[in-house]
Amino acid sequence: MLAKVVLPRWLMSEAYQWEYHYLKLEELANVYMGQLVSQFSMTDYPLSFHGLCSAVGQCGNQVGCRFWDLALREHSHVNKKGIYDEALSSFFRNVDSRRSVGGSCDITGGRIQSLKARAVLVDMEEGVVNEILQGPLRELFDTTQLITDVSGSGNNWAVGHWTYGSAYREQIVDQLRRAAEHCDCLQCFFLIHSMGGGTGSGLGTCVLKLLEEEFPEVCRIVTSVYPSAEDDVVTSPYNSVLAMRELTEHADCVLPVENQSLVDIVNKIKHMSHSGKPGSVIKKDSAIISGQGGVSGAEKPFDAMNNIIANLLLNITSSARFEGSLNMDLNEIAMNLVPFPRLHYLVPSLTPLYTLADVNIPTRRLDQMFTDAFSKDHQLIRADPKHSLYLACALMVRGNVQVSDLRRNIERLKPMLPFVSWNQEGWKTGLCSVPPVGHSHSLLALANNTCVKSTFMELRDRFTKLYRKKVHPNLQSQQSKTLLQNKCLRSRRLRVKRQQKDPFLFHSGQ
Amino acid sequence: MSIVTVQLGQCGNQVGQELFEVISNDANDTQRKVYSECSSERFFNETANRELVARSVLIDMEPKVISQSIAKTGKSGKWRYGDRSHFSQKQGSGNNWANGYCVHGPRHEEVVMDIVRREVEHCDCLAGIVAMMSVAGGTGSGVGTYVTQCLRDTYPNSFILNHLTWPYGTGEVIVQNYNSVLTLSHLYQLSDAILVHENDTVHKICAQLMNIKHISFRDVNKVIAHQLGSVLQPALTGDSHGIYNRNPIGELMSSLVCHPEYKLLSVCNIPQVSSSSMAYSMFTWPGLLKHLRQMLIANSKMEEGIDWQVRAPSFQPEGTERTGSHRRPGFNTSLANLLILRGKDVNDAEISGFQHPSLYTPWLPADEAFSMWKTPVPFNKYEKSAILVSNSQTLLRPLDNMVGKAWNMFASRAYIHQYTKFGISEEDFLDSFTSLEQVISSYSQL
Repeated sequence: MLAKVVLPRWLMSEAYQWEYHYLKLEELANVYMGQLVSQFSMTDYPLSFHGLCSAVGQCGNQVGCRFWDLALREHSHVNKKGIYDEALSSFFRNVDSRRSVGGSCDITGGRIQSLKARAVLVDMEEGVVNEILQGPLRELFDTTQLITDVSGSGNNWAVGHWTYGSAYREQIVDQLRRAAEHCDCLQCFFLIHSMGGGTGSGLGTCVLKLLEEEFPEVCRIVTSVYPSAEDDVVTSPYNSVLAMRELTEHADCVLPVENQSLVDIVNKIKHMSHSGKPGSVIKKDSAIISGQGGVSGAEKPFDAMNNIIANLLLNITSSARFEGSLNMDLNEIAMNLVPFPRLHYLVPSLTPLYTLADVNIPTRRLDQMFTDAFSKDHQLIRADPKHSLYLACALMVRGNVQVSDLRRNIERLKPMLPFVSWNQEGWKTGLCSVPPVGHSHSLLALANNTCVKSTFMELRDRFTKLYRKKVHPNLQSQQSKTLLQNKCLRSRRLRVKRQQKDPFLFHSGQ
Repeated sequence: MSIVTVQLGQCGNQVGQELFEVISNDANDTQRKVYSECSSERFFNETANRELVARSVLIDMEPKVISQSIAKTGKSGKWRYGDRSHFSQKQGSGNNWANGYCVHGPRHEEVVMDIVRREVEHCDCLAGIVAMMSVAGGTGSGVGTYVTQCLRDTYPNSFILNHLTWPYGTGEVIVQNYNSVLTLSHLYQLSDAILVHENDTVHKICAQLMNIKHISFRDVNKVIAHQLGSVLQPALTGDSHGIYNRNPIGELMSSLVCHPEYKLLSVCNIPQVSSSSMAYSMFTWPGLLKHLRQMLIANSKMEEGIDWQVRAPSFQPEGTERTGSHRRPGFNTSLANLLILRGKDVNDAEISGFQHPSLYTPWLPADEAFSMWKTPVPFNKYEKSAILVSNSQTLLRPLDNMVGKAWNMFASRAYIHQYTKFGISEEDFLDSFTSLEQVISSYSQL
């Protein structure tokens, strides 16, 4: 009855072998705009809800690549028939490649023909985008989705934000609008960037402002990668602090991720798999750092870390894409976890990190997964939540987990976790039936916890050290403005931190 | 006479589907033809191809749940939902009551009311509308409240019963208390009666009575559907003179909701056992009714763990004023009760225990306060079952807790910005709090 279904090559991941030559590039600005479309539709063609994903910075570019790769892997795992279903349409458009580029018509429903990522790539250097266009993911993007320049931002937030921001404003807005038009229903924007560089932090936050101006009603969720103390970019504290102000003002939700935590997780997994202990062999594809089964072949140096962030994004959007007994979509996350507009920094934590291959060893008890989610080892920033105050917490569970398991674990963990007085039962929960690839169940915890204060304080200290020595202030263009901003920024960040600690005092008039 | 069900949001749709499953199984199961026909007529519309189409309207702001429901029932072959009886959007309400009530409700009012109208026109005679929703989320609560308002405006003379599912106390949604407070205060003005199921209670029933190890939402929904179905299925009432009652919702209202200040109803159903132990269980009416009565006065929702120490106050001779001071603590005073008996030998059941004036509030005579329906047809495989729909102080404590928590959060103005950006002001919150405090105080003084 059905003709033999021929899947596009990137869905036949095992058979796919590509050389992927990775160049470590200094300054990269790469803005991804991806729209997430999900939801089943009632009519014949998939109506989709869309979210927009932006990744900025060298980090963002790398993460973006891993994200698309793992998204394809996840969908190909679930979607065996090659039908362009609603879940797939959350990230990809289905176009008829025979038609001319630019006139690419979306085909809804039916077989997958040619998938295009709902993305716009902006690069202040051509290197990375060109690489993508030559690599295995090239057919995901067409040329209308790209905006590039040649010189990079020189690790300077001001160049990224003011210089390129104003130069490319119209083009960016244009591409955004065009991308949004392809969406039936734009639900949310995702922005992924690093805070330490120039383009990622500068142009990225400029894009954030644009998103707010052009699409004020659409939720903006930002994944920011914070530099570690040993970052080789000297001006990273300046860039980070300046970007922070923009994030606080213009984002709806921020998921801060620290490079150091990613490194720790990667090391932990590698240590586990190399320990040689019996029964410690990790099941293929299951480690959170693994990109196996994806499109790209050889792993590049930062792939392991970036896979973690890619998994974070996949998990956050899972309930919006797949079915479950208690759905939790992105608007609900922003609604429930942000009690006051500026306190929107959510600490992400992911479990499990891997699944053991030996099936004779019982899968780690479900309860262990919940305990792990609240341990420092699984968090993506290095702060201790248990000694700080929880303002709110969300648990997104995937796989074969029932509400009674969820309730039992919440009851169990509640006494150990200090919640703020007016939100003693501040739990938001979601159950999605489809687990991630390689696991039977998984848990993502997003906590609005005052422990982010310590991350910000560290950043501030690094900034202060640099600033005191008057290191490179002249590199910031529009100097006086910027310096003043710095000052305001510092005091504002202090207020935000205090506000985190004592939300009571600051709710009015701040 | 037919009942039209409006299923709102994820919970409303999931529970609604289980309800129709229960009703359809019950109607098919029984040997009694009249009962089956009455039940089918009430809940289903028979098409030309002899298919049973549920008299139901499905509404949600995101499509996944509805499409799943429709697919599932389409496969079962016993009944299905109407092809054009659903409406969904893509965006969801984000757990935000204000978003549901101020944005999605008005935006989609016309389309939704159109579907409802069509469904109502399929009925020869409308007995009433049952709106099913949860109070924790955004669509069920916000859009649900708006739709109830539209229903009230469009059908001013029809009975509207709202079935609400209250969330677990320890949080499914962080702003659930806000959403609940706003919903309840509005519904109190719009609805004729509010029938409540609490997730916590139903969860306990699943765990302790039905011995389910890993309780899923499906299990919870099945219990709720069983209890709701047992109330709405045909029965012989005092007014129906030997045939199945044609006006179930109207009679429910007139028995239980005699004062506009008291609209909260709860359901108790006995027995509830796991299907595996059903074959080994024997129940007698005296046993069931004794337990049920004690469940009522001790405010327990299950046959296990009943506090037998709670006793009704001693009987006062006629003519003496009964005051509240002699009431024992822990005693659940009722305004009105409706007892429904379904099953074998139902006429032998001795129900005088429920007619005792000490169970009821002083200002309503006991014979007005108590009503009974019965049918010899067993319900949903239980040889005998007794259902008590009660307008009493049962929900007082949960309501009080909910309002307390919401107030606590409101005092620090947490999350308020999420509501004000859609048009709900702090005044609206304060109004809602005030009206619910009024309800709480009325019930405490029963």
